[in-house]
Amino acid sequence: MLFSGSDILVKTLIEQGCETVFGYPGGQILNVYDSLYKYQNEINHVLTAHEQGAAHAADGYARTTGKVGVVISTSGPGATNLVTGIATAYLDSIPMVAICGNVPTTQIGTDSFQEIDITGVTLPITKHNYFVGSVEDLADTIREAFKLAKSGRPGPVLIDVPKDVQIAKCEYEPQPPVERDEPFAAKDVRIEEAAEIINAAKQPFIYFGGGVIISNAQEEVLALAEKIDAPIGCSLMGLSAIPTVHPRFLGMQGMHGHYASSMAMHNSDVIISLGVRFNDRVTGNRSKFAKGARIVHIDVDGSELNKTVNSVCGLRGDVKLTLQKLLPLLTESKKEEWTAKVDTFRAEEKTCLDNREGLTPRRAILTLNRHLGENTAVCTDVGQHQMWSAQNLNFRTARRFASSGGLGTMGYGFGAAIGAAYGTGERSVLVTGDGSFGMNLNELATAVRYNVPVVVIIMNNGVLGMVRQWQTLFYDRHYSSSVLERKTDFAAFAKSFGADGEAVTTPEELDAALSRAFAYSGPYIIDCKIDRDEFVLPMLPPGGSMDDIITKLEVEL
Amino acid sequence: MNRYTLAVLVRNQFGVLNRLTSMFRRRQFNISSITASESESGAYSRITFSFDGEENGKVQLINQLYKLPDVCSIKELTPINSLSCELMLIKLKNEPSSRDEIHAAAEAFKAETIDYTRESIVLRIIGNSTKMDDFIALMRDYTILEICRTGTASIEKGSATLRQNLNL
Repeated sequence: MLFSGSDILVKTLIEQGCETVFGYPGGQILNVYDSLYKYQNEINHVLTAHEQGAAHAADGYARTTGKVGVVISTSGPGATNLVTGIATAYLDSIPMVAICGNVPTTQIGTDSFQEIDITGVTLPITKHNYFVGSVEDLADTIREAFKLAKSGRPGPVLIDVPKDVQIAKCEYEPQPPVERDEPFAAKDVRIEEAAEIINAAKQPFIYFGGGVIISNAQEEVLALAEKIDAPIGCSLMGLSAIPTVHPRFLGMQGMHGHYASSMAMHNSDVIISLGVRFNDRVTGNRSKFAKGARIVHIDVDGSELNKTVNSVCGLRGDVKLTLQKLLPLLTESKKEEWTAKVDTFRAEEKTCLDNREGLTPRRAILTLNRHLGENTAVCTDVGQHQMWSAQNLNFRTARRFASSGGLGTMGYGFGAAIGAAYGTGERSVLVTGDGSFGMNLNELATAVRYNVPVVVIIMNNGVLGMVRQWQTLFYDRHYSSSVLERKTDFAAFAKSFGADGEAVTTPEELDAALSRAFAYSGPYIIDCKIDRDEFVLPMLPPGGSMDDIITKLEVEL
Repeated sequence: MNRYTLAVLVRNQFGVLNRLTSMFRRRQFNISSITASESESGAYSRITFSFDGEENGKVQLINQLYKLPDVCSIKELTPINSLSCELMLIKLKNEPSSRDEIHAAAEAFKAETIDYTRESIVLRIIGNSTKMDDFIALMRDYTILEICRTGTASIEKGSATLRQNLNL
């Protein structure tokens, strides 16, 4: 049967299992929106306030479900507004398909109204992108895009569909959803090499990242830790894979990582890295990074091996499948001395904990923990609040934390929290700062319009806290353009958008406000007043090593 | 710094050259020469890159190139495992004082005169890049008006082909 390109586009999305898509209509994508109208009983479209919000929502949906997130926009400014969202997904390996309209093929290259070369623009921030020149290619291109987005190391794929291709007609036959490429384990000879190195280790450390969540390898990671008696740490992207309370879990690595976790990695003799890259925020000064350690690195993306730090053994393969083959080759052992040493790091960490009274950032997150259900997704924006969340949230379930790790996108959180609520089918939480929240607070309109229950906690300190922290430490306290001095009343703002909210100044007030927020049907904003000179600690100064770690604030404020 | 040559077999689609060169740009490699053309199969194009860099960076680059869905096969070609040649057209000022010397050099380098006017001589020369460089160095004594080089075309010795390497 003959269908128009726009019908084929929507039918192919449905065929691929899309239930909810996010987007914003416009001139060159109107036909697709007409088809979305036609098939509205089979596919749900969420209209955001801005295309960037839609891209982040698709990302939040993908992170919480593991499915491909889909975002749709028009040409020109609609397409360029997706760029930050696509780049965020690219840096964090999130499966996403972005579909843009474009001017008819006859007008391409003539600088028509709202024409932009979006495949050119997104070349370095997509796994691949497509310009669909004829309607006959459309369905298969979308299928290929879904396959690419979720295969190997996932990532965003963009499809540019000119208007005449949306209008043209051709045959369409539904097909079953595409499967991701069959995952594979690393080569046996490499696995044997790795086993030899790990068996000889006296102070092994397991360092994992988002790859463990993607390949669903939590069980294998824990089995590895048990067998070789090793502590576990992770990157920001790995958070939520292993429950915070797990006795072997030391927490996050890096510039603001947990002290014990960073110390254990620094003092280890073998680092077993699983689905994780050695970002500069993790290693600090690379030449001083974990000098005594030999690195065994398992990653599905071969280009990550030896990219920034040299591993003695690089294994290209799926983390789960590779660990399953590796585990039987390992000898079980107890490492009392190493465990004792790690325990001293834990003890030291305890002495550095911030136990001050009042509404401190840590106390705010600990208060939030009491209200979180097992399935509640917590999203963050970027800055101090993000690190406080990463350090103090009680993670219980994988895929229930969404934060822009690689790109560090301020303004990511609200869109992501909306996407996460759709993904989990439950109330989601956004922890943000007054700076980040200011970037995409327009999405409150979306949450109100669709009655999406998002609890927003704004760590409101009136400044760009992370910038201020750096300016305090490294720029002679020149607070250049980091003092916001806005007069925003966030509770009133919430009410004016049709939501509800309140301001709190003590942990008790926050606790009561959270109770109201978690019972409220719809978005609820809590303006959480904190001090402007709160610091994120510990901190590894940029380019520093563990010898330079700052655990206590010694600057006179 | 070393000189490397990579032969890359790609899906023959518009924009594919851009995708590859964009990867060189992102990793800050300066391409010293590039040749691109359809291969023995219309479905694939063959692109040969020559560039200067360090071993580590080259490995990174190959790894990154392999991640592009359009890239089907990559082989590093060295003077030992491959045959390379380049074609150059060079336009020189035709002056009585230098005419004989230019012709003598051209004969020694097996360069062919393909255009001759009162004011200019155009020579065509084929060979490896070093031969081109040497010939240009020699011609610097006279007046070079224009040079056009094709970049290196490289092919592996023996029966091995890039297509045997298809890994995607």
